[in-house]
Amino acid sequence: MSPVISIHNLNHFFGQGQLRKQVLFDVNLEINAGEIVIMTGPSGSGKTTLLTLVGGLRSAQSGHLQVLGQELCGAGAGELTLARRHNGYIFQAHNLHNSLTALQNVKMGLELHNHLSVADMQTQAAAMLEHVGLGNRLHYYPDDLSGGQKQRVAIARALVSRPKIVLADEPTAALDSKSGRDVVTLMQTLAKEQGCTILLVTHDNRILDIADRIVTMEDGKLTGNSVLAAA
Amino acid sequence: MMGWLQTIQRRTPLGWLQLSRERSRLLVALSGIAFADVLMFMQLGFQNALYDSNTKMSRALDADIILVSPQARNTQNLSTFSRRRLYQAQDIAGVKSAEPFYSNVITWKHPDTQKETSIQVIAFNPDRPALNLPEVNQQLNELKLPDQVLFDRKSRGNYQTALTKIDQGQVVATEVERRTVTISGAFALGASFGSDGILIASDQTFLHFFPKRDAASASLGLIHVKPGYDAKQVATELDAYLPNDVRVLTHQEYIQFEESFWKSESPIGFIFGMGTGMAFVVGVVIVYQVLSTDVNSHLKEYATFKAMGYRNQYLLAIVFEEALILAFLGFIPGFVLPIGLYQLAAKATALPIYMTTVRAIAVLILTVIMCMISGAIATRKLQSADPADMF
Ligand SMILES: Nc1ncnc2c1ncn2[C@@H]1O[C@H](COP(=O)(O)OP(=O)(O)O)[C@@H](O)[C@H]1O
Ligand SMILES: [Mg+2]
Repeated sequence: MSPVISIHNLNHFFGQGQLRKQVLFDVNLEINAGEIVIMTGPSGSGKTTLLTLVGGLRSAQSGHLQVLGQELCGAGAGELTLARRHNGYIFQAHNLHNSLTALQNVKMGLELHNHLSVADMQTQAAAMLEHVGLGNRLHYYPDDLSGGQKQRVAIARALVSRPKIVLADEPTAALDSKSGRDVVTLMQTLAKEQGCTILLVTHDNRILDIADRIVTMEDGKLTGNSVLAAA
Repeated sequence: MMGWLQTIQRRTPLGWLQLSRERSRLLVALSGIAFADVLMFMQLGFQNALYDSNTKMSRALDADIILVSPQARNTQNLSTFSRRRLYQAQDIAGVKSAEPFYSNVITWKHPDTQKETSIQVIAFNPDRPALNLPEVNQQLNELKLPDQVLFDRKSRGNYQTALTKIDQGQVVATEVERRTVTISGAFALGASFGSDGILIASDQTFLHFFPKRDAASASLGLIHVKPGYDAKQVATELDAYLPNDVRVLTHQEYIQFEESFWKSESPIGFIFGMGTGMAFVVGVVIVYQVLSTDVNSHLKEYATFKAMGYRNQYLLAIVFEEALILAFLGFIPGFVLPIGLYQLAAKATALPIYMTTVRAIAVLILTVIMCMISGAIATRKLQSADPADMF
């Protein structure tokens, strides 16, 4: 099976001239389709940087970074924008649009995919919210939802377009342990159903058990790379 | 085209949703636009009213074609040309009649205060009505008596006592160039920039007032064309036929000639043009403030959209959508309020100030441009919506 994400000798630098600072050192990582990979490591070690590179939010500078068969190292802004459409993002903050209802927010995840009619978008978005347990909150605005509910709307938005890859950066950091656990379990279930690949950054030890594999980032280098026994 | 429509139909109307969720922000923007629109309507309304009031005399002339001296500048400074041109004009096939019309500024004594002031005197043969004013035409017989005049009741200044007497049918006498004249009636036309008021006299009385002026020189020639003839056509023929010491204009051209004099020679255009421009700038600033605040408060959401794969154009479209919505919504109160204000202003200033369709369309277009400029400036803030900062 060919890897969905394939990273070879990836280096990344921030800043210019004297202030130029390397944050990623010869990173190598392959992730296969359907795998759930958790990345842990101390704060400031470069986890978020790697995630933004994989997601096409930043342009990769040197090395090789192939996502779904496309080389992102040296890709232009237009290519990056298109590449982003294959991914579902879940952020630490829910980043929902305050002027949109839960349903409208989820619909924003579909609008980019031109083959759907308005009615289809509506049904799929509603079904997705139903799936994350918010079928009775379709027309609520984010302000009227709890933290856990908002994050579940964000997950629905990320997964509604059935992306090949889900990237999540500390999705439980803003939640209490119960709703954090619920959110991660939900991600796991949905990902398994849709057959998508997950790369998840977290500090939260209680959720490590959902992973197929755990990698550790330290000072810009990937160290641990342990495969967990399938549950 | 179909693709476009479909895109618009599929698109979540984010601009509208953002605006309608932030009621107070929307209200500020709409009041700002309405304020700018009201200012623009008032400025343009006054400007138009002043041009109108200055061309009232010209508009009231009862003629299809008007002959005027090439030296003429406006109704108060018409200069003169030889009356022979009027006889010559009758040689042209379409000309039905050609009558002289006299106009000059004169000093008279205010009938109430006896103070000397200047006033415009216009005169014509009372057997041939020269003005489209029924009120005047009913009183033409009075003018046939020597040294009798009609007085403009809307003249600038306080003529209350005299007007009350005239309306009661009493005789009001005063002095013009040391001749005693009788005001035998009144009519309504109104003051303008060029004159405080108007007296109407017969051609005979006029020549008494200006003994140095001879009857052979007219200020204007009023020409009627025969039925079935086109005024424009006849004017072209007259222009070719008559010598260069007289200009031939259709009535409409004559009104435009006088209006363009006031447009170029008076500060009206500049003053009110500047007022309109300032209102426009105020509008741009207010709408920009609202739109940039709105963009700023949604930067995180916009960056999220970019992270999802939305293009920058999508975000630009949101801002311009908001700008357009604001323009049209703000125009509604901005259009309704001036209608009432025009009535108040018309009462207070005696100027002919009212709403016109052309002006409403012009201000609507200005409003759209105003909001688009604000939107364009506000989109510069979108650059800071960087999806790399989202994680
Ligand atoms: N935009 C940036 N400009 C400069 N330095 C940055 C930027 N983003 C992150 N860094 C630096 O890169 C290093 C790695 O950061 P990050 O990837 O956010 O770590 P983590 O997510 O593991 O906490 C840190 O030292 C951080 O200060
Ligand atoms: Mg981080």
